[in-house]
Amino acid sequence: MPTVKLLPLSEAVARFVPDGGSVAMGTALESLIPFAAGREIIRQRIRSLTLIGPISDILFDQIVGGGCVRKVRAAWAGNVITGSGYNFRRAVESRSIEVEDHSNLTIAMALRAGAMGVSFMPTRTALGSGLYDTNSSLKAITCPFSGDAVTAVAAITPDVAIVHVQRSDKYGNAHSWGNLGVTREACLASKHIILTAEEIVSPDVISSDPNRVVTPGFRVSAVAHAPWGAHPSPVPGYYNRDHQAFTDYQNESRTPEAFAAWRAHWVDSNSDYLSLLGEERVASLKLKMHALAETVDYGY
Amino acid sequence: MAIDNTYGQVSALPQRPYTRSELMVAAAAREISDGDVVFVGMRLPLLGFQLAKRTHAPNAVGVYELGIVRDSAAPEPILTMGDLPNLYRAQWLADTAEVMGLLQQGIVDVSFIGGAQVDRFGNLNTTYIGGPDNIEMRLPGSGGACDLASLAKRHIIIMAHEKRRFVPKVDYITSPGYGDGAGWRERVGLPRGGPSTVITTLGLMRFDPDSKEMILVSIHPGVTVDMVLDSTGWPLRTSPNVTQTPAPAAAELAMLRRFDPEGYWTGD
Repeated sequence: MPTVKLLPLSEAVARFVPDGGSVAMGTALESLIPFAAGREIIRQRIRSLTLIGPISDILFDQIVGGGCVRKVRAAWAGNVITGSGYNFRRAVESRSIEVEDHSNLTIAMALRAGAMGVSFMPTRTALGSGLYDTNSSLKAITCPFSGDAVTAVAAITPDVAIVHVQRSDKYGNAHSWGNLGVTREACLASKHIILTAEEIVSPDVISSDPNRVVTPGFRVSAVAHAPWGAHPSPVPGYYNRDHQAFTDYQNESRTPEAFAAWRAHWVDSNSDYLSLLGEERVASLKLKMHALAETVDYGY
Repeated sequence: MAIDNTYGQVSALPQRPYTRSELMVAAAAREISDGDVVFVGMRLPLLGFQLAKRTHAPNAVGVYELGIVRDSAAPEPILTMGDLPNLYRAQWLADTAEVMGLLQQGIVDVSFIGGAQVDRFGNLNTTYIGGPDNIEMRLPGSGGACDLASLAKRHIIIMAHEKRRFVPKVDYITSPGYGDGAGWRERVGLPRGGPSTVITTLGLMRFDPDSKEMILVSIHPGVTVDMVLDSTGWPLRTSPNVTQTPAPAAAELAMLRRFDPEGYWTGD
C-alpha cells in the first residue's frame, strides 16, 4: 500500500522546510500561488531560505518581509498589478538578501535540467544581457553541433517544491489544471514536494484521469488540505483572483511598519483566514459560471 | 483604487475624451497584423492584444508566458493574464517552457514589453537603477521580458516618456535591444529580432535600420517635438517627416472601455 501523506500544513512546513533550505514556490506564475504555505513559513519564523521561482506575484515579497530569506533565485519579484514589491526592494537595496537574476525561460530551463537529471540546459535567451553579471548559473557556451552561441543554465534542484493544486488524494496523486508554468519541472527537480490542495478526494477520482496528474504521487512528501490556500491568486475551477487584495497590499507593504501590521493581521493573528476575509468577500470571488470539460475514455 | 470583482454592464458608455493610455494601447494594437503570433506581456499589452483581436487582427494568436495560447479574445475584462476568463476556451493550456519554446523557435512575430529605463539603442532596464554594484533602486526584474527581447522576431516597448527613464546608456541590460549599435546582437549570438517600436506617453520611436539608433517618428496630439526632445536624456534623432499619432477611433475606444471598464490600466 502507498504511504498516506496527509499532514496539517503547519506540520508539513515544519518537517520539510528547514532553516537554510531552498524552496521552489509560485511555479504556476500568476495562479495557484501557495500563499497559505507562505504565511505558515512566516509564522514559523523559518530563516535563511533560498526562494526559487519565476514570478511569484507578492508571495516572495511577503516571505522576504517575514525575515525568512537569505537569497532569491527568480525572474521577477513584485506586485503584478501595482509594480514594486517593497519588502523585496528594501531587502535588496540594503544588501540584506542576495539575488540571482533569472528570466522566466532561464528559471524554467534550470528546473528542467534538475528534473531531467542533467547539469545544465541550453537556451538562446539572455545572450549579451546583464543577467550574466548577476547570475553565476548562466554561462555562454558554443554549441558543439552548430557552433552557435548558447546560454547554458545550471540545474537547480530545490530541497522542496511547494505546489498548490485543485485536488489531491491522500497519497499525493493530484490533479492540477489551467496554466502550469514551471510546476512540472519544479516538482521533478525537487527532493521533496509539499502539495497544498483545495480538496482531498478519493484516489479513484485522481486515477480516473492520469493525464491531469501534476506529478507522480510517489515523489510527494506531504499533502496538506488547504481550502482557499492560494487566495488572493486565482485557482481554476475554484475561485477568481482577488484584485483588491493585491492593490491593498501595495500600501500594506510600503513601509516596514505597515507590513508589520499586515503580518499581525493576516499571519500571526489566531483568527481563521476565511473569517478574516469575511463571507461577502469569499462569495464575491467564487466562480460565476462553470465550464465543465467533456469526459475522456481511458477504457481498454 | 477600488476594484469590483464583478464586471458590470458597459453598454452605456459616457462620451469622454480618450486618455493617453488609451492612445498608447490603440497604437500598440496597430502594431499587430492579422495572423501574427503575438507574445502578450502584462499590463497595457493585455489590452492591446484584446483590441487588435476584436478589430483588425481577428486571426492573431496570443501566447502568454504562464503557459497559455489563445486564438480568441478573453470573454470578460482581465487585469492579469492569469485571470480565469483568460483560460476559458483557450487554444492551449500548457507549461512556460513550451510557450517559450514557440518563442525560441522563432515563430513569434511580435512581443510587447514595458520598461522602466531605456537607452538610445533600445536596451531596457527593469532590474537595477544605478546598476548592480551601486543599487539606487531595485525593480522587479525580467520576468519574461529578457526572453521576449532576445527571441521574438521583433518587440515593442511601451513606457512613460521621462528624462530619467530615457537615458544615454541603461545601468543594466535586463532586456537586450541593439546593445551598442549595429552588429551587436549578431556578435553576442542573439538569433534574431530587436526592438522595432517604442510607444511612449509622448510619441512613437522606431530604429534606424543601419545605425540601430532610436528615431522619433510620431508625436501624440497635443505634444510637440521639443517636448519629446526635452524628455529624452540624449539628443534624440527625429525623422524628417514626424507625423501625428492617430487618435483612437470611436470603435476602438468603445472596445477598449469594454475591456477596461474601470479604467484600471487606461484611466488618467
